[in-house]
Amino acid sequence: MNVLANSELWASTLALAIPIAYAALGGVMSERAGVVNVALEGMMATGAFAAVAVSAWSGNAWLGVLAALLCGALLSMLFAWATVYLRADHIVTGLAINILATGATGFLFNALYGPLGTPSNTPSLPRWVLPGIDQIPFLGKIVGHHEALVYLFFALLIALAWIFRRTATGLRWRAVGENPKAADAAGVPVLRVKFWAVVSAGAVAALGGASLSIGSLNSFSPHMVAGRGFIALAAVIFGAWAPLGAFLASLLFGFATALAFQLQSVSNIAKNLLLMLPYLVTVLALAGLVGRTSPPAADGQPYDPGR
Amino acid sequence: MSALLEVRQLTKRFGTLTALDHVDFDLLPGEVHALLGENGAGKSTFMNLLYGLLRPDSGSVSLEGVSYQPASPKDAVLAGVGMVHQHFMLIPALTVAENVALGDEPRRGFGIDLGSVEKKLAELAAEYHLEVNPRAKVADLSVGLRQRVEILKAFYRRARLLILDEPTALLTPQESQQLFRAVRAFQERGISVIFISHKLDEVQALSGRVTVLRRGQVVGTLTTDQTSPAELARLMVGRSLAPPVRPPSRPGPALLEVRDLQAQGLGPLGFQVRAGEILAVAGVEGNGQEALIAALAGWSRSQGEVLLDGRPLGRLGVRARAEAGLGLVPSDRQEDGLVLPLPVRDNLALRAYHRPPYSHSGVLDLPYWATHAETLVREFDVRPPDRRAPAAALSGGNQQKVVLARELAASPKVLVVSQPTRGLDIGASQFVYSKLLDLRAAGKAVLLVSLDLDEIFALADRIAVLYRGRLMGTVPSESATREGIGLMMLGQEA
Amino acid sequence: MRGVRLLWPLLAILIAFAVGGLLTWAFGHDPFSAYGALISGSLGSGYAISTTLTDALPLMITGLAVALSFQSGLFNIGASGQYWLGAIVAVWLGYSLKLPTPLHLLVCLLAGALAGALWAALIPGLAKAFRGANEVITTLMMTYVATYLGHYLIEGGPMQAPGYTPQSPHLLPSAILPNLVSGTQLSVGIFLAPLLAALTWFLLSRTRLGFSLRISGYNPRAARYAGVRPVVAILAALGLSGALAGLAGAVQMMGVDHRLFDSFGTSYGYTGIVVALLARNNPFGVLLAALLFGVLSSGANAMQINAGVPFHLVDVIQGVIIFFVAAEGLMRYLRLRSGGNS
Repeated sequence: MNVLANSELWASTLALAIPIAYAALGGVMSERAGVVNVALEGMMATGAFAAVAVSAWSGNAWLGVLAALLCGALLSMLFAWATVYLRADHIVTGLAINILATGATGFLFNALYGPLGTPSNTPSLPRWVLPGIDQIPFLGKIVGHHEALVYLFFALLIALAWIFRRTATGLRWRAVGENPKAADAAGVPVLRVKFWAVVSAGAVAALGGASLSIGSLNSFSPHMVAGRGFIALAAVIFGAWAPLGAFLASLLFGFATALAFQLQSVSNIAKNLLLMLPYLVTVLALAGLVGRTSPPAADGQPYDPGR
Repeated sequence: MSALLEVRQLTKRFGTLTALDHVDFDLLPGEVHALLGENGAGKSTFMNLLYGLLRPDSGSVSLEGVSYQPASPKDAVLAGVGMVHQHFMLIPALTVAENVALGDEPRRGFGIDLGSVEKKLAELAAEYHLEVNPRAKVADLSVGLRQRVEILKAFYRRARLLILDEPTALLTPQESQQLFRAVRAFQERGISVIFISHKLDEVQALSGRVTVLRRGQVVGTLTTDQTSPAELARLMVGRSLAPPVRPPSRPGPALLEVRDLQAQGLGPLGFQVRAGEILAVAGVEGNGQEALIAALAGWSRSQGEVLLDGRPLGRLGVRARAEAGLGLVPSDRQEDGLVLPLPVRDNLALRAYHRPPYSHSGVLDLPYWATHAETLVREFDVRPPDRRAPAAALSGGNQQKVVLARELAASPKVLVVSQPTRGLDIGASQFVYSKLLDLRAAGKAVLLVSLDLDEIFALADRIAVLYRGRLMGTVPSESATREGIGLMMLGQEA
Repeated sequence: MRGVRLLWPLLAILIAFAVGGLLTWAFGHDPFSAYGALISGSLGSGYAISTTLTDALPLMITGLAVALSFQSGLFNIGASGQYWLGAIVAVWLGYSLKLPTPLHLLVCLLAGALAGALWAALIPGLAKAFRGANEVITTLMMTYVATYLGHYLIEGGPMQAPGYTPQSPHLLPSAILPNLVSGTQLSVGIFLAPLLAALTWFLLSRTRLGFSLRISGYNPRAARYAGVRPVVAILAALGLSGALAGLAGAVQMMGVDHRLFDSFGTSYGYTGIVVALLARNNPFGVLLAALLFGVLSSGANAMQINAGVPFHLVDVIQGVIIFFVAAEGLMRYLRLRSGGNS
């Protein structure tokens, strides 16, 4: 039990949850607008690579973050164009985007950096210390110092919750995901609303990738996302399609990973068995609860304004 | 008086079909103008053109003397045209105020100002007698209240012309009366109403003039006072409409017996359907009809007893029930009754492919399917007469023929049919009615679940009324009145 | 219309090669010499063709696995995991059992298929059937679990061969699929592919079970009305799909790798998705589509060595192909744009 009393476990739970949580927020945005987003994995890979590449090239990690946002949005435009305007199957298109993103980042990684990988002097994001809070015993160690994207996440979370509930944009997102036909009849430009919801979702998910590559580390490797985009998708479902819920669910998966790392140092259980933990937790979480929450009514259905 | 709306030679084609053929139409200020026609006559196409959901191929429309060419519903709304669709355009997960504001949201800073929407709704409610709680979720409202929200939505956007698309289709007679009172109030305030219907009595009760559409053409515009239901019916269908012939019934023993049936949202309830009898289950949509079908079909778990010709169906599955003699025509033929991408041949085998002669030891006998399908397609006059055509390519009426052909080919003792003529034109409906009456004549039992009182009064020997999952009572159709059934549909003892 | 539907995948392939060419050119390589190296590396000699077939074989079988699940309306995107389970079990029985040749082969192949079937049906299948858990996520999660299981078994786990190398003992000769072309890795396993394609086709289009699966795939509510029990359909579809994927793993181990070692990064199951989609889930089309990807895969190394273009280009091409196969609506869109309103 002293593992659970270790503040490092909880601090790394938070740190490991944040990349997933960004992608999950993206997932919430996209699915509330009615587009099932299997492409989160690809968005994260793109964000991770763009962040490292631009950070290494410019020497400024914040420019890397900006690049992740832009590239995530660009790739998402492709996804949104196919799913929203061409009415392509959301899952198939999402898988295509994932394969495309994995291939493209792998290709560029090799073409630009060769076998040596990204330069070792690539700047990573600063760690911020919350003055005062970091002095609180135990809690301070957990939330007191993290990389910048961890704190920015909370700002984004609050902003998004507000957008959903209190703005016209949020109302329109919810409306097109629930009943696009009705939204159309009310004068909402359904396809445009969906398109931009998905594009914003891609940008946000790409931030998750950036936090993987230049958050705590300063490097990229072709398979570094390792299914976190899909875990994020599970977090969206587990979190009942709400921003806060998705974050809490991400924490659960962060905890599973953190626990696996912690246990490696204190137990004899083989590393490889412990590393299964977050994936098993995801499956169990889905099996344990789905059916008790329900997705937006028109989630996953392409909308054809002509019919 | 000059017309508010003038439509001249309006034409709309879909491929080779001319849905609207050089239509002329006038609407005066403060007029209630009924638009009458069969399904497929072009009423909805016409209204969708006026509301900017479709664009015409030729012809012109002017509103208050100015050319009116809406490219989207937004244009229509800006021009003061509001529409209440037959299937409400509301979002159940949102509140009333959110639904009303959607698409035209008042802003305050970066946020949305729902307070002002609520205030405006209160004013409108007082003006038009359309009270509804603006903070209620639409999902929690009754059908009548949802319609109110739709109308408020239009007035919130300052509609001066209101299009009501079959507004009473889902209402009880009492709710319909309330709506009619409200429409008269609109009229007094100078609002013009286009009222789409295929119910002759409503047209007579409400409208000043009536325009009849048939196959996309205007066959006449008449002053309602100077016409008769018979004349309107003749114009509408092009021939006089005879109700189906229902010879007196000589019911035999009970073929379907239900005792203490209970399931999620249903019961406990009990009833019998006898041989040679049609028992109709009336009720407002969402009062347990689907739960009843699911329980009888074996789709869902239920408690209580269901006896088919004396044999308990108990825990039998879907296939065993079908083999015991229970046929089922589900309410939604496209979602439940057919696999649309598959050919007619496969759809005709859908309920029996697991047993001989359709398959032997797990392998399908496709040649048998083909000859079987060939026979049924001919017998039921399915068009096009092509067993290879995907079900999706058939019209609604022909799709329903496929479903009926399949269920009747299994010679059921009891046939459960739910909303068998929803969305069908009169010709196809007559076909369905004749098949159901044939079954009755052949001494089978028919359980007809329907939302359409005309259909129920035309077919049923007895009428049971479902309200909140329970039966309010059962009355012989000879002694039943619409008003009595209507009260029971609202949960009141007749 | 039907012609266009059949042509579309070919067009998608062309577009993908064009995009790949542009990318190659943008990075200062000559696309023609890159593709030249790709083609000669995959089809330029008997050896190259054998390698292409060898590379295509697991894609053919995993492609069938995915196509079967897609036709049943389920997205088994975790064929990779089932593949590895099949591989693990086949290897384990292949070195630990002592049986005469034909029997040993049969046991290992069947056990591999069974392992794949259970990996798909047991957790993702039951979770979907009883809890509605989305199989897109669960099957993929189980893939990660499977690869960690593989790592564990040969890195200090019970299947590691004596010594420090993380690999399992070699299969006994009785469990090795005979070589077809000496000097290459092509085994008689290649004959399984057309056989399995024919079986899959027969199952789906000529049997009661196949019809049940297809109607569940097209319209689950109509399937319920037809008396198909969703639980049975889900378990059968995922189980059969997993069995094919597991068989692919067993065939690969018994024909090519002959032992389990750290090659868990290769994801035939994932490429199987691309293969199935390109083939529109037609079992015979799967064979052709897998051949194309066999060409890409076996030529990729030659392209990297001889033309200096990273083999990841092949992934880009796959992604573009699938994107355009998915975006079939593009055709409709282009026609509307070009002014035709028929």
